[in-house]
Amino acid sequence: MKEIIVVAEHRRGELRDVTWEMLSKGRQLSESLGGELSVALLGKDVKNLAEALKPKANRVLLVEDNRLEFYNSETYEKVLAQLVTEKKPVLTMIGHTAMGMDFAPCLAAHLKIPLATDCIGIDPKNETFDLTRQIYGGKINAAVSFLRKGPQYMVTVRAGAFPVMEKEPLPGEIVSVPSPLTDEALARRFLEYMEAAVGEVDITQADILIAVGRGIKDVENIPLVKELADSVGGVLACSRPVVDKKWLPKGCQVGTSGKTVKPKVYVAVGISGAFQHVAGMKGAGTIIAINKDPKAPIFGVAQYGIVADLFKILPVIKDKIKQLKQK
Amino acid sequence: MNIIVCIKRVPDTADADISIDKSGKDIDKSGLAFDLNEWDSYAIEEAILLKEKLGGTVTVFSAGGEDSNESLRKCLAMGADDALRLTDPAFAGADGFATARALAEAIRKRPYDLILTGTQAEDDGYGQVGVVMAQMLRIPHVSIVTRIDVQEKKIKAHRELEGGLEEVVEVDLPALLTIQTGINEPRYVSIMGIRKVAKKEIKALGASDLNLKPEEVGLAGSDIQLDKVFLPPVGVGAEMLEGKPEEIARKMFDILKDKGGVA
Ligand SMILES: Cc1cc2nc3c(=O)[nH]c(=O)nc-3n(C[C@H](O)[C@H](O)[C@H](O)COP(=O)(O)OP(=O)(O)OC[C@H]3O[C@@H](n4cnc5c(N)ncnc54)[C@H](O)[C@@H]3O)c2cc1C
Ligand SMILES: Nc1ncnc2c1ncn2[C@@H]1O[C@H](COP(=O)(O)O)[C@@H](O)[C@H]1O
Repeated sequence: MKEIIVVAEHRRGELRDVTWEMLSKGRQLSESLGGELSVALLGKDVKNLAEALKPKANRVLLVEDNRLEFYNSETYEKVLAQLVTEKKPVLTMIGHTAMGMDFAPCLAAHLKIPLATDCIGIDPKNETFDLTRQIYGGKINAAVSFLRKGPQYMVTVRAGAFPVMEKEPLPGEIVSVPSPLTDEALARRFLEYMEAAVGEVDITQADILIAVGRGIKDVENIPLVKELADSVGGVLACSRPVVDKKWLPKGCQVGTSGKTVKPKVYVAVGISGAFQHVAGMKGAGTIIAINKDPKAPIFGVAQYGIVADLFKILPVIKDKIKQLKQK
Repeated sequence: MNIIVCIKRVPDTADADISIDKSGKDIDKSGLAFDLNEWDSYAIEEAILLKEKLGGTVTVFSAGGEDSNESLRKCLAMGADDALRLTDPAFAGADGFATARALAEAIRKRPYDLILTGTQAEDDGYGQVGVVMAQMLRIPHVSIVTRIDVQEKKIKAHRELEGGLEEVVEVDLPALLTIQTGINEPRYVSIMGIRKVAKKEIKALGASDLNLKPEEVGLAGSDIQLDKVFLPPVGVGAEMLEGKPEEIARKMFDILKDKGGVA
């Protein structure tokens, strides 16, 4: 039987969205392969999560151990190496997330299973899989295939790449799998979680966000965007490089490692549209993108696009809005 | 503290008008500017900061063609002591896995306490090479690191998770860390600085120097191969606002009024 294993991702008692997305894609793949779908759940006291996963898979492979209370690449690798060796799934699916990026590459290398990372397309083909990845910051798609032949394969899956489809529930069965972990000392140890400091402005509450990216070139040019935001009663937000360069505080950052925002209107100025950014703003009511590059990926998510040099167009927009508002 | 940093030279594509080349398997790179991978500029800076604080050496590795020397020299100018380049016609077509194997073999016989890589490369974006190297060298790793505190024979590292959350972990040395942007402010390298290191020898190592067989390197040693590249389908795509700047500005105002409630 052809089994697919999805590794469930959860943190602080909650399953993360990428888990449901992988289960949805995994189900479609296992149906087309005539196989079965399993989900591996590792943790401490996570029966409630196992119950929630049950209808989405043929079985929940539940590994409970006090040592699995917090994610750790070393414990995950040990447990999953044993599980994958035993079950021999044709495909193991792991999120391309802070968690998956941290253990999937070493798990695959350890088991000598071919791995394709950050996949946005997975299609079965002659006992193997065809994949789609993005390169050059999302500007180009690449059709990729496994060169080294399995029979087992592993992928990490981009969060948000596959929709969650409603399907009739599966008769999921919870199977307890004994944990292979011992009290052996670990070379890496979890200490604690730390919450980002709360900023002065809460960008998640704004109706209009004017977000600025690396295209702004210099901290001196930030006021250009700030003035636009002020003129429409909006709030300033940004992409990650703007925070990395300390041009704006961390609280302004939109994206996977920043905030998720859902304003009525989101204006992206000089932002290319890397998936880590898009993940944080694609839920906006209306997205307007201003970019000088007509091929920028941001135009694929925006409803309205302006291909222009921001330094030329922003002053005109600002003046025009002032003028129109006075009427 | 002896530190090894792995760096990659990549084309700057964010700002460029890129097109697909004749092979259909890559973009046309003629006319593109190249630079040190963004993530690696933070990794090398972090290594230099640690060296300035704790002493020791910084050695930089890059797998790539002759052009990669330019990025290696930049690292030397920033303060690295030594640079090595892995290069061999047989390395062509290497994916993240094969690249990690070559780097791991080159590093294996050297003394080190810490290895730093970037979290991901701007071009291939595998987000894989560092963590695979750690597995091959049998040392612990921490990925997506935004802060490092070196302690006695161990490091306290902050890992970035989603939504602004961080995870603090402790890891025994020797270890490998993949560095995230924003961890520091990479120093500026002057033309004078580059000139000073222009004569420094950069040793080149090939597959035979690394005791790797032909089937272990390049495309032959890879998990995956790239079959073709294409422009992402845009779906419905954005409605482009066109016209004179004033007209575009008016259309944008109308949208803000309509959808955003701007009065
Ligand atoms: C683990 C991880 C987490 C991450 N989390 C986040 C996150 O939360 N948020 C985030 O944003 N990123 C995040 N990133 C980074 C992400 O991969 C991209 O590097 C980043 O989003 C790029 O930001 P940017 O679009 O501002 O810059 P670039 O990609 O450099 O794009 C700049 C854009 O400006 C345009 N431009 C330049 N000049 C002009 C001009 N004069 N007029 C008009 N347009 C111009 C260019 O055409 C280009 O499209 C993360 C990365 C990793 C690995
Ligand atoms: N050819 C290479 N030479 C040296 N280091 C590399 C090379 N490719 C990738 N790396 C390192 O691995 C990191 C992650 O790259 P990747 O896994 O390709 O996204 C980069 O930031 C570099 O530190």
